[in-house]
Amino acid sequence: MKETYMLPNPPLPNRAVDFDPGLCNGCNLCVGICRSDVLMPNPAKGEPPIVLYPDECWYCGCCVLECRRPGAITMLHPLNQAVSIVWKRRSTGKSYRLGMKNPPPPNLRPPSS
Amino acid sequence: MSTWHEYLSSGKPLPPWPYPVRYGEEQRHDTDVLVLGGGIAGSHAAINARRAGARVLVLEKEAAKWSGNGGAGVDHWLSACTNPSSKVGPEEYTERVLEDCGGYDCGPLRYVVARESWDTLLDCERMGVRIRDKEGEFEGAEFRDPATGLLFAYDYVNRAELRVWGHDMKPRLHAEMRRLGVELLERAALTSLIVEGDGEERRATGATALDTRTGAFHVIRAKALVLATGLPGRIWNFSTEYRSTFRDPNCTGEGLAAAWRAGVELARIEESFGDSGALAYVAYGVGNAHNTWHGCPIVDAKGREVPWVDRDGKVLATVEERFRPAPGQGFMLGEGLRVPPSYENQNKKLAPDLPERIRKGEFELPLYADLSRLPERERRAIFGLAVGNEGRTRVPVYEALTKAGFDPDLDMLEVPLMDPANYGHSNFWAGVGAPQWRQWACGGALVDWDLMTSLQGLFAAGGAVYGAGAHSSAAASGRYAGRRAAAHASRIASPPEDSVSTEEQLAREKRRVYAPLSPLGRPIGWKELNAGIGRVMQDHAGAALSEGGLREGLCRLSEIRESEAAALAAANPHELMRAHECLAMLDIGEAVMEASLARGASSEVLNFHRLDRPALDPPEWRKLLVVRRGPAGTESRLLPLDWHLKAPFAPTLAENYESRADQYSGTAAARGEEGAR
Repeated sequence: MKETYMLPNPPLPNRAVDFDPGLCNGCNLCVGICRSDVLMPNPAKGEPPIVLYPDECWYCGCCVLECRRPGAITMLHPLNQAVSIVWKRRSTGKSYRLGMKNPPPPNLRPPSS
Repeated sequence: MSTWHEYLSSGKPLPPWPYPVRYGEEQRHDTDVLVLGGGIAGSHAAINARRAGARVLVLEKEAAKWSGNGGAGVDHWLSACTNPSSKVGPEEYTERVLEDCGGYDCGPLRYVVARESWDTLLDCERMGVRIRDKEGEFEGAEFRDPATGLLFAYDYVNRAELRVWGHDMKPRLHAEMRRLGVELLERAALTSLIVEGDGEERRATGATALDTRTGAFHVIRAKALVLATGLPGRIWNFSTEYRSTFRDPNCTGEGLAAAWRAGVELARIEESFGDSGALAYVAYGVGNAHNTWHGCPIVDAKGREVPWVDRDGKVLATVEERFRPAPGQGFMLGEGLRVPPSYENQNKKLAPDLPERIRKGEFELPLYADLSRLPERERRAIFGLAVGNEGRTRVPVYEALTKAGFDPDLDMLEVPLMDPANYGHSNFWAGVGAPQWRQWACGGALVDWDLMTSLQGLFAAGGAVYGAGAHSSAAASGRYAGRRAAAHASRIASPPEDSVSTEEQLAREKRRVYAPLSPLGRPIGWKELNAGIGRVMQDHAGAALSEGGLREGLCRLSEIRESEAAALAAANPHELMRAHECLAMLDIGEAVMEASLARGASSEVLNFHRLDRPALDPPEWRKLLVVRRGPAGTESRLLPLDWHLKAPFAPTLAENYESRADQYSGTAAARGEEGAR
């Protein structure tokens, strides 16, 4: 069984960005550019950064743009924002929201760049 | 496992601070032009000062590659009056902008921008930023010029404003700075200006900064400085927990605070406007029809479309009319300029009586933004181009929504459910706040036609100047200020030397910077201090002002300085940087309250309402209010709104600009380049 520790409450937002340990190689490019120093290098080399200050994130997404490994970083809107991002499919009248359990398949069209 | 909590809960020890800690260690730098703030304005200032031959150092609090309020990208390029398709000249454009803001904007800055915005964009194109649709993705669209591939925004007839693919704008500027040999001092937050001399000889000769990772103390000496620190934020509203995403939270006013402490004249700082702050929705990420989403159809729960209207309230029959001036109208000014629309230049808008029509049951909530009702190229221009390139929307909106399955061809994006009163403007993501929740409006340093402040050697650009504009305004004014600062520096023979008074200044500043490492009294963290200052600002400098309230507010700030601010504590260099943001807020708050006391009448144009001076905009107060912290307290003066066309300046915009553009070989027209006019 896992040890139980005395810890302060998790901050709100809990994480702001999330790392996929299978894709992230701990290169710390994102740590190097994050405007708010939300991210700190992991003491263990090659491991994903530690999200130390998620409460200082601007949600600018620059860490995602800087990352060389697509999918290694996901920017996450906190729940108090995600609950308001809702859309409705015209043809079926069905509603969806950001973060729902069974989302529709992704729209793969890239932005105009 | 990504968060600090998860890291510790896995049984690992408390991680030590990952960077070497160098509190108190002094690092000296010397340069010709010191640019304070490496965002959009600062980057262009640095590039142009360097091109003019100066040694340049940029002080940047964040990491320069993506830093600043505009660092995450741009989708609209405004005021491009000299682009080959524009039907609006710089004079006419500037005069209309000044008229629309009631005369309170900065004339020199607005005119410089109207003259150089397009040339600045061509600079960006040479750095690799995409500004044309050469591939024909938007071929046949009314907003595309077939000859140049340029895409226009808002007013497709007059074409002074463009759409661009600016998601990588900042990395391109960063690469150009590095290519030119601009020295970058990153993760270093400005703490003070070094000022020397008295009277006529008083001048800025450098600045001090705190390294936000190591805690080292930087001293930078320079012949000229450019203040490019943007707009102060977090002054009234502070909550990291429910933060809105509109402005970069690291822009907190240390630049203007340092200028205030150095006695620099500031203008228009009594103005603030409403802010839903922490209760705003994701910017451009929920149903709306504003700015980036301008022209998007809004429908109600039953699929009934809310009409778009012109300046006379006439319902527009077609989508095309949303992007053309009304019959008899000259040109429309784009959104994002930060000027309120006048009748003459008003953009098309969603029916402003929507709140009453919802109350009467004509439209049923929720509303939706239905891009699928637009022609394909308009839809793609909004969601694919604009949302896809404005930085705070490329990942947080475009990527987040499309990954989750949103398809603008098939889906309608819901507008948040609010009291009907809040549907009067199509900027629906702004949400609803409290009246006392305010944000910084257009206040900043007073500048002359060189964009030099009242302190010799200190220039300013972008949001740090009073009455400035958005991204292209920051860029073009930075470009000009960089040239003027380099010219100023070239006239100074030798670099500044440390005198006894400089050493005293530096020693005093060093004590101030490191004070939070040894707090006096019961320690308080930066967040609680920020929230406390914000509450004083809400209560005393909020929507309803009075002499008594403002004087009390000044007392509160002064008490906080002596008690809680003296007990401010920092556990590491990052917290020390945040602590200094809060100390700067005390200066900013003081300046705002002093200016609010000095303006003796309410003003509709300035969103300024004194309960004890209710008369709105009486002629004697239709003046620019300038304040500074003098040796014996706050000094204020009133300037006529056309001060920039009165002695010692020339009587026309063009004469003032052209007499200073002597070194300017930077226009595309002057170089005879393709696409210039």
